[in-house]
Amino acid sequence: MGSHRSGGATLFALSARQVTKRFPGVLANDRVDFDLLPGEVHTLLGENGAGKSTLASVLCGLYKPDEGAVLRNGTQVRLTSPRHGLQNGIAMVHQHFRLVDRFTVAENVVLGHRKLPFRLRANDLEDQVGQVAERFGLPLDPRAVVGELSAGQRQRVEIVKALYHGAEILLLDEPTALLAPPEVEKLFETVRAMTQAGKSVVFVSHKLGEVVDISDRVTVMRDGRVTGSVARGEADTRKLAELMVGRDIDLSPRRSRGEAKGTLLSLSNVGLTKDGVDHIAQVSFDVRAGEIVGVAGVSGNGQRELAEIVAGLIAPTSGEVSINGERVNGVGTRNVRKAGLAYVPEDRLGTGLAPSLSIVDNLVLTRDRGFLVDRKSAHAEAEAFIAQLEIKTPNALTATRKLSGGNSQKVLLAREIFAAGNNSRVLVVCSPTRGLDVGAVEAVHKLLDEARSAGKAILLISEDLDEVLTLADKILVLYRGSVVHEAMGDQVDVEAVGLAMAGLS
Amino acid sequence: MNSNVWILTFSDAISIATTLILATLGAILTERSGVINLGVEGILLMGAVTAFLVSDGTGNLWLALFLSVLVGVAMSAVHATLTITLRANQIVAGLALVIFGNGLSQFIGKPVEGKTRPVTIEPMKLGPLSDIPVLGPILFGHDIFTYLTWAGALVCSLYLNRTRPGLVLRATGDAPATVDAQGVSVAMIRFVHTILGGALMGLAGGWFMLARGTAWSQSATTNGIGWIALSLVVFAAWRPLRAIAGAVLFGFTLQVPFTLQGQQINILPPEIVQMLPYVATLFVLVMLSTPRARRLLGAPKMLGQPFVRDER
Repeated sequence: MGSHRSGGATLFALSARQVTKRFPGVLANDRVDFDLLPGEVHTLLGENGAGKSTLASVLCGLYKPDEGAVLRNGTQVRLTSPRHGLQNGIAMVHQHFRLVDRFTVAENVVLGHRKLPFRLRANDLEDQVGQVAERFGLPLDPRAVVGELSAGQRQRVEIVKALYHGAEILLLDEPTALLAPPEVEKLFETVRAMTQAGKSVVFVSHKLGEVVDISDRVTVMRDGRVTGSVARGEADTRKLAELMVGRDIDLSPRRSRGEAKGTLLSLSNVGLTKDGVDHIAQVSFDVRAGEIVGVAGVSGNGQRELAEIVAGLIAPTSGEVSINGERVNGVGTRNVRKAGLAYVPEDRLGTGLAPSLSIVDNLVLTRDRGFLVDRKSAHAEAEAFIAQLEIKTPNALTATRKLSGGNSQKVLLAREIFAAGNNSRVLVVCSPTRGLDVGAVEAVHKLLDEARSAGKAILLISEDLDEVLTLADKILVLYRGSVVHEAMGDQVDVEAVGLAMAGLS
Repeated sequence: MNSNVWILTFSDAISIATTLILATLGAILTERSGVINLGVEGILLMGAVTAFLVSDGTGNLWLALFLSVLVGVAMSAVHATLTITLRANQIVAGLALVIFGNGLSQFIGKPVEGKTRPVTIEPMKLGPLSDIPVLGPILFGHDIFTYLTWAGALVCSLYLNRTRPGLVLRATGDAPATVDAQGVSVAMIRFVHTILGGALMGLAGGWFMLARGTAWSQSATTNGIGWIALSLVVFAAWRPLRAIAGAVLFGFTLQVPFTLQGQQINILPPEIVQMLPYVATLFVLVMLSTPRARRLLGAPKMLGQPFVRDER
């Protein structure tokens, strides 16, 4: 033990010793060791299902370990609940915030504090909360109503809450998942202020990039085990990715290899005006067979509307959309699909799939065949996809909601790319890798690349700029509903794209 | 028209309002914890018949009211057990409670159906205040429970907005998972407030019988007041003080047609007013089943949702 420092006498703020945690059918943590120094920023890195959230839950008292021990300042503690964890100075901020929307910031922060007087004086509480927020450089108005705050501000409320309740160790579960880049920067400032005050921070993350930058140490988990623990500067992202996935990951750009052929999807001067506001204005572009056109942009600049127009869910108020030369605006989803469009919506589970139906049922869902369903061949087909795309599932009859994000996305892509057959030659894909781990991202990108090689015309709309840069042959930047920048994928000026996304070009 | 008739009308409106406020406060406390109890009407009926039977048998007013409260506690405890412990559908369990209260009160009240009320809650003597012309009889001619009820609404409001348990109660209706994460038992909070609410509803029924009803009549005693209380909760946006204003308004609406009819003025047939409770119920159910309306009205976010801690 004490592998971080020589001598082994270091007193760790928090440690896990040989922690094992089982869930029915899953060994979530297998003899895991973990050490956290006081004042340290430590990232727990791993893919979805690697066991990092389970470990964090054990450390904060949510789960009791089946075997092994949790040590606080070198002494074993048997945490029975998150509240008990908090009494030991350990708090966890969950990815999905646990706040009361209608309460003010101050009310949320003090809720559940044991030393609260019976009679509450709003002003006193607001002052106390304001002081805690200020001490750690968290700009926050204690009187603001939480329901009106942004994701980043809500996260700050959670952090202030933990600090107010006396947390010395803060476990942050996927803290950057919901934040815009400037908010991430603010979060990091807060984290620095906290570590300067001697508090320790654990990031639980599957994102390689940003979080690793501010970590003093990164511990990588895979399949319930720790595969490595490296200090800052000892490993690059490629090495970490390998520790995470267990094999070399290829996230290098993929471009069209063949020559793009005839235009399959064409938009000319498409506009959407609702309540006097232009959601989409004068958008024109073509997507040809065998190419991926990527639409980049900050969330809320018309991506959703653009996707829904092309998919036939809403009709544009001006301009024309055509698929395969056939004018399709306003003809309805069913006819758009008939004209050859396949659609992978952003909300893959709710809009894309029927969550409680099986993989087999979901695959035949959009099939435009006779009245009766041929279950036998559908089942065989599903089995083939499961094998081919390495979909991890107990069997083909498993409900899609029980699959992980990456696996349900594979099912959806399988249906929209392959099961639809050769009729569908235009594919609209929205944020296909949102919330997926590195391994799944690679798999989805590979699928899209294959679909391109097979001659599909693909419109990729994604808020993840890296994804657009990796896949697209042509890049469009959407800002306030207009295309403000265009570039070819292999000669793109990333800085110019970034400025265009911010509306500064 | 005689001005005394109008004074009496206003005075009666305020006594109806007292019942409404009591029942509404009970429903607000219940619903703020995230539990909807549609059984108000059933509890009122049972509270009323209990008060009648006990006072008829013993002549003891206080014992009668106390047992009405106990009946409210027992019925809401059944609701709490069904919906919180067993996670039954709250709407269905509440409706069952109404049907149960309806049937049982009819059964046990049968021997005394139509019998005149044995005891009366006397109005308080407020000295010179009661002698003020017009306002005196309207505002200061009531019994102690009317005034306690007004004070009760204020206490409820302070409890909700200015105390630690009130904060936890509001959080429980909106975000039970948050409360649970703080190590507070959501089930306990919901049980306590559902039962407290039931006690107020039981008292409302008992008081209404002994202060207002002249004789026990299963079909005419509460006359759908429980349903109106439920719509008042929505009308008052789950705020106790607003319930007072709404209750007075409803009390007036319920009383006026009868006054007019007594004066041989037939502008509005009383049958229309008798529909009011059921129109109000439809209104509530429509409001509470539209997510947008719920949000706009400020309904507790998790109203009607059983709480299940999500574990793997």
